[in-house]
Amino acid sequence: MQTDLLREARRQAEICNACRYCEGYCSVFPALHQERFFSEANLTQLANLCHNCRGCYYACQYTAPHEFDLNLPKALAEVRQDSWESFAWPAPLARRFQKSGVMIALATVLGFGVLFLAFRMLGSAGGSGFYAVLSHSAMVAIFLPAFLFPLMSIAVSLRRYWTATEGGRITHDQIVDAFASAAKMKNLAGGHGDGCNFEDEDRFSQARRFAHQAVMYGFLLCFASTTAGTILHYGFDMPAPYPFWSLPKLLGIPGGLLMVIGTIWLASLKLKADQSLGAPSAWGGEMGFILLLFLVALSGLGLYALGGTTAMPALLAIHLGSVLSFFLLTPYTKMVHGFYRLAALIRDEQRKSAG
Amino acid sequence: MTSEYDIAVIGGGNAALCAAMTAAERGAKVVVLETAPKTYRGGNSRHTRNFRCMHSTPLGPLVEAYGEDEYFEDLLKVTGGKTDERLARIAIRTSEECLPWMEAHGVRFQPSLSGTLSLARTNAFFMGGGKSLVNAYYRTAGKLGVDVLYEANVTHLQLEGDRISRVDYTHEGQHRSFAPRAVIVASGGFQANTDWLTRAWGPPAQNFLIRGTPYNRGVVLADLLDQGVRSVGDPTQCHAVAIDGRAPKFDGGIVTRLDCVPFSIVVNKNAERFHDEGEDVWPKRYAIWGRLIANQLDQIGYVVIDAKSLDLFMPSVFPPVKADTLEELADKMGLPPEKLLETVTAFNAACGDTSTFHPTELDGVTTSGLTPPKSNWARPITEAPFYGYSLRTGVTFTYLGLKVDEKARCSTENGPIRNLWAAGETMAGSILGQGYLAGFGMTIGTVFGRIAGQEAANHAN
Repeated sequence: MQTDLLREARRQAEICNACRYCEGYCSVFPALHQERFFSEANLTQLANLCHNCRGCYYACQYTAPHEFDLNLPKALAEVRQDSWESFAWPAPLARRFQKSGVMIALATVLGFGVLFLAFRMLGSAGGSGFYAVLSHSAMVAIFLPAFLFPLMSIAVSLRRYWTATEGGRITHDQIVDAFASAAKMKNLAGGHGDGCNFEDEDRFSQARRFAHQAVMYGFLLCFASTTAGTILHYGFDMPAPYPFWSLPKLLGIPGGLLMVIGTIWLASLKLKADQSLGAPSAWGGEMGFILLLFLVALSGLGLYALGGTTAMPALLAIHLGSVLSFFLLTPYTKMVHGFYRLAALIRDEQRKSAG
Repeated sequence: MTSEYDIAVIGGGNAALCAAMTAAERGAKVVVLETAPKTYRGGNSRHTRNFRCMHSTPLGPLVEAYGEDEYFEDLLKVTGGKTDERLARIAIRTSEECLPWMEAHGVRFQPSLSGTLSLARTNAFFMGGGKSLVNAYYRTAGKLGVDVLYEANVTHLQLEGDRISRVDYTHEGQHRSFAPRAVIVASGGFQANTDWLTRAWGPPAQNFLIRGTPYNRGVVLADLLDQGVRSVGDPTQCHAVAIDGRAPKFDGGIVTRLDCVPFSIVVNKNAERFHDEGEDVWPKRYAIWGRLIANQLDQIGYVVIDAKSLDLFMPSVFPPVKADTLEELADKMGLPPEKLLETVTAFNAACGDTSTFHPTELDGVTTSGLTPPKSNWARPITEAPFYGYSLRTGVTFTYLGLKVDEKARCSTENGPIRNLWAAGETMAGSILGQGYLAGFGMTIGTVFGRIAGQEAANHAN
């Protein structure tokens, strides 16, 4: 990892450790205050525990123009970003995708291209509905590796993270507590429950927390919808398309709507927020990722609404293309933050039970 | 001369905003004239962290009870009786109703911070510290229609007979004047004015560091005193503690404190000890060392500890100077190495049985036959690596201020000034004649800020 970023985070953490005023805001400070010297392992863990709620920045007496020039959300964001790149496998892919929204867009287009090509070359296997455009086995041939490869890549990265932060054996309780924290997005609630600082300087609001949860729960519903469809297909020999009163639709439609609303909300908040309180170099990639999620959700809903029309093949290509890009890019885009964040929350539970 | 404003509040910290919000809630049109830019708004309130609060039952983050008499006795202990009992009891009694009021105006509290458990019963900590309180108050004041001018330097309040007839200030390069119906002064003391400190204390004051805002220059205070407004508090005294000698000249705040003195020996520039480092526990010890350092050559001291004491105190903002030998440490800190070695050797030889050493109690582990003695925590300095810090005098606040009555109103020899009130640090000398009680400055500011706001609004209406 980059020593200059670690050095700056260490300098700031030492000042925070002598102050402690922010102890109530989030999980970072109790963890920080337990150390006296900050190793690379400490800083990596603190960086991934930080949810960038920015409460500490706006409460800080030592932000610029003060000579201490504290900006802990930024210092930790840069270490976090750097840690993801250094743990990613294969690493060169990560460096390229992480920081570039344009690259994400290009990859999406590439996804479309592959699909259109697949449509023409593989053609229809005589199926009906979506499978008249692309056969089910062709879809599986494309998406199964596209799903498994990222999972394997993330597993490698998380293992590297766990070694780097000196994590121990994980217990059931630690997992439950970490998921409970993520489920409520406790670290964006500001300690007092008024939310975080993001779109309007030091004003506390729930906007970012709620927008994030809309995307997160929307995504989980959509994922559940796809899983339900797979089970229906293989387990019950009920191929798509599914009617409105079916599990895939009942999960997928609200999920898609939540994702569309959440991504638009997040993007608009992000446009209002101060870029210099995050890792500025990652801003484009983060925004590109939000737009990609938006595209996944919107094309999915479009497919539902216009599935019976002549627009269907084009919509299907857009939807499957964006989903393909999304899956393949998961280890290298902002999507990976969810995995690291959970790991950091579990690691923090270990710290608490050890302390 | 007329003005669109009923009330001018001079200053932009806790007391000023409490006054402004209270007056605005009573229908007055208020302008806050803050001399600092927006990033540095809030005066010394930016650096505070808690509010000392009376309570008869658990209240907000406060546990158990803290009654009026116990609170007042705590005040008597630190001030040695130099207080105005009527005003002090108003501050103490009113503090209880202030806490919910603060919450209603946007302040959020948190449990006592790590390392401050001794204050869990008496002091309510602001979530995020004083700057977050200041931020919340500016938000609330804005919603109440209070206007704020930053970088507005008030230069003169014209006293005519028994009223202030005009406020002069500069803003955006322009000299301006207006005539509000009432004026509230909440612009702190003069500790950032080195010339004034030097006149009061003597040349050593030039080497003092100022722990808080560089904007408390005492301009309005001096202007009013020159016009015969009555003062209170010792004009030559300031509250000072020993802080990290590498701290910035201004605004170092809380992080520059050093809690390692009891586990150390402290020497002057000539590597000689000059005071009992184990004399007493916090906070008394904390306050006397500012003065002790001020009396040393070049107003600097040096703390020396060894490896076994490093984890016994709160981490310092800058890492300590570290060396494998005492000579190397002396070298790095600019002390005469032979003399430091001699001082440490003499100290070590005077140490006795250390088996009852206890870092958080007066443990009676003392030196024998040493002058000055170290009467507690006296363990020989023997284990490498050795660590050192420089110490300088850090000024927290000055005591000289405006004398007020129970309604926070200012006066001259001829009687009350009809439209001038004062709140916060600028009148705290009435209550805190010497010493300091943690979190009491915020109590005085909140209580008298609200009183001043109410009285000024009544007057303006």
